[in-house]
Amino acid sequence: MTSTRSMLMTGNLAAAWGARLGRADYIPAYPITPQTEIIETIAKWVRTGEIDAKLVQMESEHSMLTAAGAASLAGARVFTATSSQGLLYALEMLYNIAGWRAPMVLVNVARALAAPITLEPDHNDILAARDSGFLQFHAETCQEVLDLILLAYRVAEDSSVLLPAIVNLDGFYLSFTREKVDLPSEEDAAAFLPDYKPVNPFSASNPVSKGATVLNGALYSYFKYHMHASSLRARDVFEKASAEFERMFGRSYSPVETFMADDAEIVLVISNSFSTIGKQAVKRLRNRGIQAGLIKLRMLRPFPSSLVARYLSGRRGVAVFDQNISLGFGGIIYSEVLTSLYHRRNRPQLILPVIGGLGGKQITIEEMERIFEATKNELGSESPEPLFLMRSEELERTMNLVKTAKEVHS
Amino acid sequence: MELQSKYRTLRDVPQLDYLSPGGSLCAGCGGLLAVRLFHKVLGKNVVWVNAAGCMTIMVNYPLVPLKSNWLYTAFASAPAGAQGIRDALDILIKKGKIPESEDLKVVVVTGDGAAYDIGLQSTSGAIYRNLDFYYLCYDNQAYGNTGFQVSSATPVGSSTATTPATPSQPAGNIQKRKDLFEIWRAHNPPYIATLSSSYAVDFLKKVEKGSGFRGPKLYISLAGCPTGWGYDPRETIREEKLAVDTGIWPLKEAVEGKVRHTVVPRALRPVEEYLATQARYQHLFTPTKRIDVIRQIQNDVNSYWEGVADREGFDIKLVET
Ligand code: SF4
Repeated sequence: MTSTRSMLMTGNLAAAWGARLGRADYIPAYPITPQTEIIETIAKWVRTGEIDAKLVQMESEHSMLTAAGAASLAGARVFTATSSQGLLYALEMLYNIAGWRAPMVLVNVARALAAPITLEPDHNDILAARDSGFLQFHAETCQEVLDLILLAYRVAEDSSVLLPAIVNLDGFYLSFTREKVDLPSEEDAAAFLPDYKPVNPFSASNPVSKGATVLNGALYSYFKYHMHASSLRARDVFEKASAEFERMFGRSYSPVETFMADDAEIVLVISNSFSTIGKQAVKRLRNRGIQAGLIKLRMLRPFPSSLVARYLSGRRGVAVFDQNISLGFGGIIYSEVLTSLYHRRNRPQLILPVIGGLGGKQITIEEMERIFEATKNELGSESPEPLFLMRSEELERTMNLVKTAKEVHS
Repeated sequence: MELQSKYRTLRDVPQLDYLSPGGSLCAGCGGLLAVRLFHKVLGKNVVWVNAAGCMTIMVNYPLVPLKSNWLYTAFASAPAGAQGIRDALDILIKKGKIPESEDLKVVVVTGDGAAYDIGLQSTSGAIYRNLDFYYLCYDNQAYGNTGFQVSSATPVGSSTATTPATPSQPAGNIQKRKDLFEIWRAHNPPYIATLSSSYAVDFLKKVEKGSGFRGPKLYISLAGCPTGWGYDPRETIREEKLAVDTGIWPLKEAVEGKVRHTVVPRALRPVEEYLATQARYQHLFTPTKRIDVIRQIQNDVNSYWEGVADREGFDIKLVET
């Protein structure tokens, strides 16, 4: 383990450092809140010469991602960042870039989707990209943002994977929160992440075609199957890279992190920055003698089904906290957890769907505790009532606002 | 002084071809012919960046007819793909990660749907950033790949699958074409030209000339489309030549914004000669002749050339209407 220096930095700054220590060659950009600080920081570094890279501001996220993927195919290491509407605007290109097998890294600063339009986060933006072929890593802390970017490059560029990756962090909760971050030295980062060696880039001596048409379903299926298999392989590649990362930097990252979960009877499944609040609740419950635990999903694609199943089998109750809503169904991750457990012999008695934190709505430790209580109360029920987290005073305040507005405008 | 061109007669058209024969496009496709000619001038070190359109189907895995590089991007953003590749090559060469001998000419190739409609935003962005690239639009004047629906390049009087001639709309399409040449010119790129494979020497010279400029270079090539226009596939060259000779498809260029017509018919032939040969204009002739529409088309052509003759100082014999 080598010495590092520590700095207080926001999640956005940590993301910029990820690009810097990853030695990105090319950064196409387009501004969107709350991602802008990442690109502004990199833009400044490019101008001061602290990074030897080219940054170009494009005219839209759709173009930004097109340029990003194309540059990766030409052999450059590419970094870029977006958020929310921008991610959706570029969604068409995410599918293309994954199909091109262009291993680039995109940071998404999660923000809820319009309408109504808001700046605050939930995970409907990032989960809209879950079927695109991009690998997905979700960060809880600013440190994780930085480290996961380096890991994401390692996995994406591995010749057995060759798929692009997204590192997701929550807008405001992480993008603008300062935390202590250990900064690897440039030499160590380079030792962990060597230069990008593109496979068959565009070239004069060895021309290649990328993104070609296929005019039958068998060929199309063949390509999609390979992408799927590569994505599944990314889990092992991530675990190996992560072990090496731990040897070098002393921080370990499993696709699924467990917190006080070994002997837990009731387990909360959660991801991203709200995990910290969840962990606080678990500690409090433990103090009261309740066997609570938590598992945090750090890797969303490939979905670490077998790990999820291993950690959740044999529990009495599980609650899945979805900071997203698939309208007309419910939480997105809920169904993925259910699927992972269905064929397990001793699957939990109860898996409770919980939806909360939409549009950045705050969740208190008490609310997190309430999830565990609700899970306990529902044990034995055949169709548990889904839990929509909203405190009564929040509802009251909302109704009051509407009432006041009516009075003011009448 | 003008540089001497390598291309003076049809005999100068390079024999070397960068596209294998065969392929999945329609017989007689003028778009494919334009791509073929364009490639002959640029040579082999090219990366084509394509937006959805007829040419997309040219590179049909695993049958790839190209001896150069190819990237299919998406309908709206081929110029952005060109940006990424150009930038990446520049950085990698600058950092010494690849030798200069691996450098490529970056060429966007799109139909008129991408060039005039869905891709206009990314095109504007790329020109604004002064991207060093070629943009070849094969203009068959409609969405050919999807069955010939109207595009903003469709001329007045043409029927398409979505602007059929009916008693209430006897002209078929009534919208005027967008002037892509002028839209580009307003962005101040160094070189813009229109092309027709039927004037192959003019075609080759312009590609050669544009190569001398750094920055965005636009080529709009008329693309005879037997399937959409409705004529015999062997007539493509004749159709494209008629378009030039009737004055409907002016061959011109703009160097640093200054426009010059490169092929000036001394006497225009009546547009009717061109219109009458294509199924997309048949409603102008049967069951009754739509003199009003034909005259409108002729008048538009006349007034275009009147203006050009004035500005560029030449004489031209217009068609009486
Ligand atoms: S539809 Fe027209 S432009 Fe398209 S391939 Fe066929 S002939 Fe060419």
